[in-house]
This record gives sequence, C-alpha cells and structure tokens, in this order.
Amino acid sequence: MNAAPHDLLLLAEGDDVLIAVRDLEPGAHRASTGSTVVVGEAVALGHKVAVRDIAAGERITRCRMPIGSATAPIATGAWVHTHNLASDYLPTFAHRGGAR
Amino acid sequence: MTGPVLGYPRRDGRVGIRDVAVVVYLVECARQVAEAIATGPDVHPIGFGGCYPSAYAQEMLERLCTHPNVGAVALVSLGCEGFDRERLADVVAASGRPVTTLVIQRLGGTRATVAAGRAWIAEVRGRRAARTAPLGLSDLVVGTICGGSDGTSGITANPVVGRAVDRLVAAGGTAVFEETGELIGCEHHMAQRAVTPELGVEIVARVAKAADYYTAMGHGSFAPGNAEGGLTTLEEKSLGAYSKSGSGPIHGVVTPGQLVPTRGLYLLDVVPEGTPRWGYPNINDNAEIAELVACGAHLVLFTTGRGSVVGSAISPVVKVCANPETYRRMGDDMDVDAGRILEGRAGIDDVADELLALVLATAAGAPTASEELGHQEFVLTYKSSEPTGPACLPMAR
Repeated sequence: MNAAPHDLLLLAEGDDVLIAVRDLEPGAHRASTGSTVVVGEAVALGHKVAVRDIAAGERITRCRMPIGSATAPIATGAWVHTHNLASDYLPTFAHRGGAR
Repeated sequence: MTGPVLGYPRRDGRVGIRDVAVVVYLVECARQVAEAIATGPDVHPIGFGGCYPSAYAQEMLERLCTHPNVGAVALVSLGCEGFDRERLADVVAASGRPVTTLVIQRLGGTRATVAAGRAWIAEVRGRRAARTAPLGLSDLVVGTICGGSDGTSGITANPVVGRAVDRLVAAGGTAVFEETGELIGCEHHMAQRAVTPELGVEIVARVAKAADYYTAMGHGSFAPGNAEGGLTTLEEKSLGAYSKSGSGPIHGVVTPGQLVPTRGLYLLDVVPEGTPRWGYPNINDNAEIAELVACGAHLVLFTTGRGSVVGSAISPVVKVCANPETYRRMGDDMDVDAGRILEGRAGIDDVADELLALVLATAAGAPTASEELGHQEFVLTYKSSEPTGPACLPMAR
C-alpha cells in the first residue's frame, strides 16, 4: 500500500530531476511540487525524470549537487539515465544490454 | 528497554558489545582448519589468505584481534607462511586476552590441529567474561556503509542513518563513515564541514587521490545494479552515500586500522597512497566492513536498496533497507524498513528514532538479522595503508 501523496519527488528546490517513488507507467503523474508532469515512458522506482527541458552539455543537479552533464537534449518528463546523462568524473559501467 | 545497557569490559578501557572468539588463519592453506575449529556459538573464523608478508594485513589483524568485541584469539598457521604470527600473538597477549598459536605442520596435520584448537576454545569459552560494564551511546563507535545502492538509498535509508549519526555524535558518541572513493563529487561540501581549514584541504586532496586511483583502475565504485536501480553516475551515487554522514562537523580522517582518536565524526579514507599497486582499494563491501571494524566500530549500520544479506565476523551489522519493494522481498535479512518513508508511512525522524533504539538493543545483545541468519563474512586482501597525520586529526592534538 503506497500512501505517498505523489508519484514524483523533488528532493530540493531548484533540482533538475524528480524521483519516481513507485514504478510509473507513461502518462500524467503528480509531483511533490504540486504540479503534474507528463512522463514520456515507463520509469522504475528510484529512477529520475527531467523537471524542465535540459540542453545537451548542461550540468544536472539533484539535492542541489551536480550529478553529471546531459549528453543529449532532455525534454521535461523524460527519463534521465545513462542514455542522456554522463558523469563528470568516471564513466558508468553496466551489464551488456544497458542499465535499464 | 529497562536498566542500563551492559557490555564486556576490556583491559584497555573500551567496552565490547559482543564476546567473540576469533580463529585466525594466517594463510589460505590454514583456512579450512580454522573453519573446522570455529564451530561453536560466537566462535568465528577470520584471517588473511596471502603467503607473503603484508604490513597492512598485520596491522588489520592486530586491531581486529584486540577489538573490544573479541574475547579470545586462536591463531592457525600452516607453518611456512610469511605472516609474523609471533608479533600478532604478542600484541593479543599484551591486551590481556587469552591467545594460542596452532601450527599445523608442528601439530601433525589437520585432525590434530582441529582437535587441539577445539579443546583450547572449549577451555577459554568456559571462563568467558560477563556483561558487567554499563555503556551508552557515548561509548559506542558506529561505522556506516552502503551496499547494493539504488535510487531510493539516498532518499530514505542514507538520510535516516545521517540523522541517527547526528544524534549519536550529539550524545557524545562516535561515527565513522566511508569512504573517499564513494564520495567523489562531495569533496567541497565535506571540506566546508571540516573542523579546521587544514582538514578541509586534506579531504579534498584525499578524494582527488581516490578519483585518480579509480581512473587508473578504469572503473569507479559503481556496480551494474546501481544503474539498474536508477543511479546514473558515480557522483549521484556519492551524493546518496554522503547523506549517511549527517550534517554535523567532520572531526577527522582515519585510514583502515587506525583507531579513531577522539569522539566525534570521522571519514574513513580507504584508498592507498601513491601509485596503485594492489588493485581495487576494497574488492567488496565485506572488505570495507572489516576496515570500519578495525577502526574500532562496535557495530555497523549498512544501508541497502537492492538488498544485501551480509553480516560480519566481529561487529554486528544492522541492515537499513531503503527500498520498500526490496523490504517486501527480503525482509528476513533486514533490520529496519526505511522504505516506509518513500510510501509516506513514516518520516526520516521516526525511522532514525527506531534505528537508534535498535543500536542500543543490539549493543545490549539483541541479535541483528544477519547474526540470526549466521552471517560472518570477512574479507582481508593485500593493500597498503598509512595512518593519517596531524592535519587529519585536529582533535587529537
């Protein structure tokens, strides 16, 4: 039973990403900010979606701290992961088949 | 809880929360014999597999065999390995603990050594210490670690541990959080929390060293499961891990096997100095738990999102589960359900209260989930480590 009043959590004011607090189907979802975000694809618990349109090369912040830079343009509501976000330090390793 | 928490008094003034007899193999060739000796309750095998001398392994085993949770030590040597068993036995004897050295080649092989070892263990366990020393939060050294992290770790379990760490340190206790290589990206924020500017400079330099080290390895502290759980980059994983350290001042930096010199909050730097020589700083979570314990940790708070099951040979591991789905799937292995926060069923403070109560209950002797399930993981590998200096330990002056 999930009693959370929202599907997407903003961890800190000004963050670029929202966190899915349950597995989400594509469609409109409530964010902890009060707004509704249209999520473009299925997003699993703990994964991130963009809170705004992000250009390639922009730094992305979570909890007010940078977690890397966008490697492609990211639309509001799009899943943010290894296909469009890369570390500014060391590359991410994933099993064959990707990090999904 | 009624009455004071009681622990095992040790001659160095520290108080143990467990009374483990360790059976220590000094080379892999002696491990099977050590494990055959370590059969009774609270008799656990630990050891070092290498045949060639290692100053790091020597230091680690000296700290671990004189840890407050250890009450007796049996060393098991094949006979021809490089480990300095005499020095280790001397250090243990000087601590006031019963110690014996069983050399397989001298005793006549497996059967004779196992029989001699079991007889010795039975004899010393017959005169075990009792829980007579009162202890509170201010007497405890608590290690924190995360393993099997996912996108929920940094939202639920890690902030819960951070809140508990803040309260523990405010109560006069001590916490050790790990580790430089898993805090890449947080170095400047950490530096601002350092109690002196010199310590802040050290923290930034030590994280830079870790980034260089992992770059040379070709791979940071990031497992495929982390990405599957929603963590995209090393610095995102770091950010979650970092929240285990709470929000208070950072009092110093220690390295593996270096006892924390005062009460307060310490960062454990697990990354060796100089050019990488021995491979990854720690090959898995268990190696890091051993290092936290060697720094004096009485117990270890272990946060997990994907779901870890491990315990430890010397200090109880308290498992704080970040992900509500993992908790439903693997609840038997978990001590605290922090995923309730994600589902709006509890707040961070509620779960932190629960965790601190559990820390005291564990200190009083209540078994953790991993203890009940018999987990006694222990890993010690080749590595180098140098104790930190005055700039890293401003409180010890």
